Amino acid sequence: MALLQIAEPGQSAAPHEHKLAIGIDLGTTNSLVATVQSGEARTLTDVSGAAMLPSVVRYQADNVTVGEQAAQAATQDPANTLISVKRFLGKTQTEIQQSYGQLPYDFCEHDGALAITTAAGNISPITASSDILKALKQRAEESFAGQDILGAVITVPAYFDDAQRQSTKDAAELAGINVLRLLNEPTAAAVAYGLDSGQEGIIAVYDLGGGTFDISILRLNQGVFEVLATGGDSSLGGDDFDSLLVDHFKRKTGVMNLSPSVLRLFINKAKACKEALSQYAKVNVGLEFDDEKYMVEVTREKFDELAMTLVKKTLRSCRRAVKDAGIENDEVLQVVMVGGSTRMPIVRSQVAEFFNKEPLTSIDPDRVVALGAALQADVLVGNKPDSDMLLLDVLPLSLGLETMGGLVEKIIPRNTTIPVARAQEFTTFKDGQTAMSLHVLQGERELVDDCRSLAKFSLKGIPAMAAGAAHIRVTFKVDADGLLSVSAMEKSTGVQADIQVKPSFGLSDDQVANMLKESMTNAKDDMQARMLKEQQVEALRVIEALEASLATDSQLLDEAELSNLKAEIAALAVIRESAVEPSDIKAAIEKVDNASSVFAERRMDASIKKALQGQSVDNV
Amino acid sequence: MAVTLTDAAANRVESFLANRGKGLGLRVGIKTTGCSGLAYVLEFVDDLSEGDEVFESQGVKVIVDAKSLVYIDGTELDYTKEGLNEGFKFINPNQADECGCGESFTV
Repeated sequence: MALLQIAEPGQSAAPHEHKLAIGIDLGTTNSLVATVQSGEARTLTDVSGAAMLPSVVRYQADNVTVGEQAAQAATQDPANTLISVKRFLGKTQTEIQQSYGQLPYDFCEHDGALAITTAAGNISPITASSDILKALKQRAEESFAGQDILGAVITVPAYFDDAQRQSTKDAAELAGINVLRLLNEPTAAAVAYGLDSGQEGIIAVYDLGGGTFDISILRLNQGVFEVLATGGDSSLGGDDFDSLLVDHFKRKTGVMNLSPSVLRLFINKAKACKEALSQYAKVNVGLEFDDEKYMVEVTREKFDELAMTLVKKTLRSCRRAVKDAGIENDEVLQVVMVGGSTRMPIVRSQVAEFFNKEPLTSIDPDRVVALGAALQADVLVGNKPDSDMLLLDVLPLSLGLETMGGLVEKIIPRNTTIPVARAQEFTTFKDGQTAMSLHVLQGERELVDDCRSLAKFSLKGIPAMAAGAAHIRVTFKVDADGLLSVSAMEKSTGVQADIQVKPSFGLSDDQVANMLKESMTNAKDDMQARMLKEQQVEALRVIEALEASLATDSQLLDEAELSNLKAEIAALAVIRESAVEPSDIKAAIEKVDNASSVFAERRMDASIKKALQGQSVDNV
Repeated sequence: MAVTLTDAAANRVESFLANRGKGLGLRVGIKTTGCSGLAYVLEFVDDLSEGDEVFESQGVKVIVDAKSLVYIDGTELDYTKEGLNEGFKFINPNQADECGCGESFTV
């Protein structure tokens, strides 16, 4: 027996199963990947320890670089370095030109879709996004040392339309990532703070990133987040606060016309100054260039004064979003802060004043979306059946399928969080079987008669094959609304059949409790019954297989042998019907096995002989 | 009958529980899955559920749900090293057979 390790409650891995799932924050400026390990979400870093991957891809004739390295090349190679391609997803060229004006890219049509001509050919925004996703996936794979990644939850802005969402999914597919679900960024942030299991009500998510500002008003209702309104400014972010400081430096130094390299220096110093002011009340900035030295003192008050216009601008968007949502400011239960720029004290205090509520800031605002996505991914792959995660419902009872002998094979165990999809392979019982009847059941008991029948359907058109040779994949899917759909597909031909069962399956809490209690009290009998049925099925399989081969090859046995074997088969058929102990049937099967061993040997010899007939030794 | 731990297993469980900082004890159970029908479950326990039976072995609480108990009654849990690998081993008198990879079993 394999050696086992102790798992966290409800997280035992099923045999041959390693459930690794990741959450990806595919951002306009930066992207992150996170996962849940030992019950805790954490972001994954690259070799240098950086969690954030700049969403920049550079295409050279024979090389694709992603991240920091690509970002550094942006100024020297603007046409081949794609920055913030997320803005272009699902858009046409006209739309992009209207929204963003002049860009350093050479847009073109490629296969009827928008693309950008680069040194590496025509690159669509989807391809560029998939290259970013690939880099994140690779980072995750390296962190997990070769374990399979089951899937990913990828976040998208709440305002993304269907085309933009589909493009995101396409990019993931291109990167070889199985998308468990797309999750709205504000929802992911709320999940990271555990608000999904908290009080129902309105949640505002204030997301001020590097280059964009988004405000989302969500309503948590029965474990589901509904987006009431979104708003924001696609060209307002941390960079704008930096340029305010740059202007301030210019005024203080009197140097108004900056060369590109000095401008770069000013921007970097401004960024550092802004970050330092989140911690200190006063910062001295040293500016050294062209053999000149300047020292500029910036107090937090001065900075706040400069920043106020921009912060007010975000609050105007907030006011509009609140109005669009048809609510009042004081109805907002929680305010979640997302994006690095929300570290600025002026932003925090103004937002707190606006909503009259202290915003949530305890989780790193750069990572909060990725962490929420990772938590969601962890639930979706079923690592957390024991749900403290109220976002999604759990199945009250196991769902399964009837197998030979009236047994129930459970496909989705009870307490699994929904939505969920599980698949299992089944096969045919008889030679030449061309149809299969599928009986969907609900309950904890082992026998069909003790479980609740939900639906029956059949799969027809299975090609005739030997028993056990067909591969029939049965998939159970329960969506977020509790709607169960079951589909069966024969893998070689692709023939398919499916059925849907209505939500909640109409059981009251008492009925569920009763069914659970019965499965406990009857555990022993059920096990006995299950083993008996299993042996009966096995006996039937042996009898049928032998009868089929006797029908063609009985001449291999002499009369005494034949009658002896037939007698044993007949005896097994009787015991199969009458026995109450599974071990009796097992013994009878063994007797038949022994009695048929000579027959099996001769059949083997005969078929080898047949195969070798007319072949020379050299050919064998 | 009950489910018991060897000294080695009990020491391990105690130190794991201490490291974890919380937990009532160790859940031992089965679930119907895998290539030969059943697989063992080994988890920490934070809350007891209805139908749980609690045994005490070597000072460690062993929790088994009523449904699993019939399959693993009389089991002794050991902690062993096999080559480079170490972990818990089920010595289950009810077990009749196991799959080739050793991750699931039948009674």
